[in-house]
Amino acid sequence: MNRKKLATVWLDGCSGCHMSILDMDERLLEIAGQCELVYSPLVDQKTFPADVDITLVEGAVSSDADAEKIRRIRARTRMLVSLGDCAVTGNVPAMRNSFGTEKVLRRAYGDAAGALLQVLGQGVPQLLPQVRPVHEVVFVDVHVPGCPPSAETIYSVLRELLAGRKPDVTSGTRFGA
Amino acid sequence: MGKKIVIDPVTRIEGHARITLQTDDQGVVQQAYFHVTQLRGFETFCAGRPFYEMPNLMARICGICPVSHLLASAKACDALLAIRVPPVAVQLRRILNLAQVVQSHALSFFYLASPDLLLGMDADPAERNILGVAGAHPELARSGIRLRQFGQQIIELLGGKRIHPGWVVPGGVSEPLSGEKRERMLAMIPEALGTAQSTLVWFKQNLEKYREEIRTFANFPSLFLGLVTAEGQAEYYDGQLRITDAQGAIVADQLDPARYAEFIEEAVEPFTFLKFPYYKPLGYPGGMYRVGPLARLNIAERCGTPLAEQEWVEFREIERGAVLSSFHYHYARLIEILHAIESILRILEDPEILSPHVRANAALNNAEGVGVAEAPRGTLLHHYKVNEQGLITWANLVIATGHNNLAMNRGILQVARQYVRGEKLTEGMLNRVEAVIRTFDPCLSCSTHAAGAMPLVVRLVGPDGALRDEVRRD
Ligand code: SF4
Repeated sequence: MNRKKLATVWLDGCSGCHMSILDMDERLLEIAGQCELVYSPLVDQKTFPADVDITLVEGAVSSDADAEKIRRIRARTRMLVSLGDCAVTGNVPAMRNSFGTEKVLRRAYGDAAGALLQVLGQGVPQLLPQVRPVHEVVFVDVHVPGCPPSAETIYSVLRELLAGRKPDVTSGTRFGA
Repeated sequence: MGKKIVIDPVTRIEGHARITLQTDDQGVVQQAYFHVTQLRGFETFCAGRPFYEMPNLMARICGICPVSHLLASAKACDALLAIRVPPVAVQLRRILNLAQVVQSHALSFFYLASPDLLLGMDADPAERNILGVAGAHPELARSGIRLRQFGQQIIELLGGKRIHPGWVVPGGVSEPLSGEKRERMLAMIPEALGTAQSTLVWFKQNLEKYREEIRTFANFPSLFLGLVTAEGQAEYYDGQLRITDAQGAIVADQLDPARYAEFIEEAVEPFTFLKFPYYKPLGYPGGMYRVGPLARLNIAERCGTPLAEQEWVEFREIERGAVLSSFHYHYARLIEILHAIESILRILEDPEILSPHVRANAALNNAEGVGVAEAPRGTLLHHYKVNEQGLITWANLVIATGHNNLAMNRGILQVARQYVRGEKLTEGMLNRVEAVIRTFDPCLSCSTHAAGAMPLVVRLVGPDGALRDEVRRD
């Protein structure tokens, strides 16, 4: 039997949604037995492979590198899942939108902000002027709200997806919870 | 005449980072840079928001150690209220913090580092992960998963939720502990203690295998910083700051964390978003210090719980002064897990822990407040200023991972000099450069946070710009 290929990625979030995936605890091993984890911060795979069946995305799109990355991932994924409020709405990372990138940099680095702005794009990616939820950049198949969604919810979403069904998350989730 | 080697991204760490190595014409690494590549701006966007929102907002800095931010933030708010938190609430907050030490250290050790230790630094990268460990050593992987689960379950029982619990509030906690929940926690302790002990036994038996790594993984003199009690015991929730040197001598003691700006300064380097704090009297970069498990075991005069105390004594015998190799962060983490479980047990055994007096109320009384706690990765500080209405006007966060930034940069230089030589690059060489970063268990969500991964391409570029060698890890 051909096992489904699963990937998890992490854009601008707090990693809490990934921790909630790990909170499946021993059921992780059960899920891992039913699919192949082809790409994730937890494994040493560096390029996003072609032909991925399911990709869970944590976090919002906040830098040029994020945007480029999610486009590439979309092109290689059958079912793209926005996991958690940051991916679904922009949530916490988007709180910087009303201040503007330069103000954020100035607040953090004072006089050194100028020097940093000059080297941006060399050592570090360029921050986008506005942080965006994932579906404003690429098409998203399934939205799973929550900050983070519970391990229970993630487990049932994965079970459905692995069985080839599109999950209904309305009963297991709510924003912010 | 040199070459530039880029490792992008560093994997199996919590966040996104890139490493650049610069070699001379003999192929010897001369410079090493650890680039942290994202910025979130919490200090900016909390401005104008009410202070009582801070614990829940600040917890969203990091889903791996949200409890540390909850606590440092709530303690800064306690200071704004000029309030004395009821003793039971302090003890409950302590349990929460200790449970997080267990879960976070278990994550670092079992999920992120153990693939290198169990399967080998040169193992097939496709297998070198927790699932590979589960295949080769199913019992160890399962016990690691369950140890992390232990910490997360205690957090859930106390706070109602494993990640970002809303239970810690300015003035205390929102709900007392029930007898039933306490019983459930007590019932989980024996298994967790057993796992912590057997993992330590296993780790110590295998130390011999890593002699080269121990010798070269960020093994150099530095200062160490962390919280201690008035008696010099390791402390995770309260206490004052102590700084010791490489010989183990006290450089400064019982420093008030609220006055951090008098002795810590931060430098900015244009290659990374992560700043470089240093000990002010010794200047930059001479004032380099390390924080976290290794530092806490180095600065303390005792551990305070029986099983961990024995382990701590043995640990300190590794070297005459301070234990200097960052490889021993792993070792120290395992001892801290043991200590945290013992401490949780001790606190739960006190019948007072069920007292309903868990929150004090007050109006705003101070315009400025500082909160401190030992996060799993080291000392964490939140510092807020508010206006008359209690709206935040200014905030500063000194993050555990930031403290170690100088030492991490020095550490990759040391490892790269040892392992990366000449024209030919191997995957195992690069993995060791990443592995030294993993010993520090940096939490980049905390300091900045970033995206998972771009392809890892390491390129050896000659001084003429021609590509000499390229390694891709697919
Ligand atoms: S949705 Fe919440 S838990 Fe998930 S990344 Fe965002 S802030 Fe963290």
